Amino acid sequence: MRSDRALATTGSVPARPWPGGPVDFCGLDLAHPILNGSGTYDAIAARRAFGDALLERFPFSAYVSKTITLTPRAGNPPPRLYETPAGLINSIGLPNKGLDGYLAHDLPELAQLPVPLITNVMGSTADELAALVEAVDARPEIAAIELNVSCPNVKTGLDIGADPRELEAVVRRVRPLTAKPLIVKLTPNAADVPAGAAAAEAAGADAVSLINTLRAYAAHPRHRARPWLGAGTGGLSGPAVRPVALAQVRAVAQRVAIPVVGMGGVQSGRDAADLLAVGAAAVAVGTESFRDPAAGTRIQRELSHLCAKSGDNVAATRDV
Amino acid sequence: MSAAEAQRRTHAPFGRRALTVTGRREVGAYVVLEVVDPEGPAPRPGQFFMLAATGGWGGGADERPFLPRAFSVLRARRGRLEFMLEDVGPGTARLCALRPGASLWVTGPLGLGFSAPTDGRRALLCGGGVGTAPLAIWQDELLAAGRPAPALLGFRDGAHAAGAALLENPRVATDDGSAGHHGVVTDLLVAALDDDPHATVYACGPPPMLEAVRALCAQRAVPAQLALEAGMACGFGACFGCVVPTRDGGYVRICVDGPVLDAELLAEVPAH
Repeated sequence: MRSDRALATTGSVPARPWPGGPVDFCGLDLAHPILNGSGTYDAIAARRAFGDALLERFPFSAYVSKTITLTPRAGNPPPRLYETPAGLINSIGLPNKGLDGYLAHDLPELAQLPVPLITNVMGSTADELAALVEAVDARPEIAAIELNVSCPNVKTGLDIGADPRELEAVVRRVRPLTAKPLIVKLTPNAADVPAGAAAAEAAGADAVSLINTLRAYAAHPRHRARPWLGAGTGGLSGPAVRPVALAQVRAVAQRVAIPVVGMGGVQSGRDAADLLAVGAAAVAVGTESFRDPAAGTRIQRELSHLCAKSGDNVAATRDV
Repeated sequence: MSAAEAQRRTHAPFGRRALTVTGRREVGAYVVLEVVDPEGPAPRPGQFFMLAATGGWGGGADERPFLPRAFSVLRARRGRLEFMLEDVGPGTARLCALRPGASLWVTGPLGLGFSAPTDGRRALLCGGGVGTAPLAIWQDELLAAGRPAPALLGFRDGAHAAGAALLENPRVATDDGSAGHHGVVTDLLVAALDDDPHATVYACGPPPMLEAVRALCAQRAVPAQLALEAGMACGFGACFGCVVPTRDGGYVRICVDGPVLDAELLAEVPAH
């Protein structure tokens, strides 16, 4: 599958119609193009809140887990949230039960979801990532793997994903360890995001996803010299970042031939259509789900209506 | 869902729903908003809802509010929900400005509510400010079951102390002495526990008050259930933003593991 895709030409946005309906994404048959962004939807907690209605009306065509690390993480000290104009800064710190806890406790519950499961993993070294990918690869419940490369290199302190050479080396290391589709979640906090996408593609990634949150800071409302967030800085999401996401997704889709999952501030079918029109193969929803747990369903429905109205050509749906 | 959890949680309908504001009244410094929720399930006392106005949400000064806001339900009767609000920021200002006929996005009921006293203990309700809200619906349920449910409420001044009318026969304290006891509500709690220590304390209020209640109850080995508050983005466990540190060194999410937590779980109620 990957070798076929490697033959495809690069350099331009494919001018294709998009029906807003079923999608073949890296060999996964998805009912529609709307996924969740990693770390924005805890399906296990949501089932506690909403019961089995969550399964009956699951809003996404595939479920992307929050980031799993080799060892458990408690996450960052609070406060972890700061509301901004049209957005949200979060500084959650990737709390998770660690690989063993995830496989033993979370995976059996997530496997009950009615959609394919994509597991997101992060390691601070290539060896850690390799261990995670090998373990996840062994589980048939998991359909695909997403690599979170927005992790500081323990030696340099720089995000692995911000340096295309380091990114390529990491993806090359883990690529042979799994036949499952491998998605690289790119960091937007890099000098040349398309170069990172090209590096992931060259190393054998099946897809890239972007944007992750933009590094952001909020002053304490009562003590200006201090940060509000417990961890100092965080990442900005929500409609505030949507134009940045569009620009980065467009630039990446022009650079690589592998599918691109576009995300960043999507609130409506029109926002999703805009990302598809600049070359995304699928669209993820994150912060909008915080405002409405069923937002993914509404966005998918709006996208379908838009596409039906415009003769399947999403490019024509944009305001000019 | 375990039987113990089922007592404390009603599942929310999936997704947010638009409800109509049917009533708005001012109770001293507070606004009580009533919405009609014909399809919604009856919440358990202590559960909360995420609220956002359907219009003018995101378009205010500084383009806030953007996220919905969490509110404990004050009362739920005959398909109507009541919420107790205080205008303290862009979100509550917008909600307080809603008039009957306005439309509200609502998700809920969410979280885990109170559980009944055990071991023959009597309930003792202790609230501060807008933390009065969950104690009202809890007192309703306890009284309806024929259990005594004395309440102690603290407010900063007389205008806020008018909120005490939302409960049955409360004892009141005010910071400025303009109503009831001149002092803090924990003064009343000390006296009540001196009088009868065989109680379970149910508390909701600002963090310093909850911390005082927690410390007091820990010292006297009195069980306490604390309804905590935190800034939340989602209310259903998705964002991991509303955590509180636990005694064992980890965190729990107030929205799905609370908002009502056993005081024993916490080393302290953090100031944020």
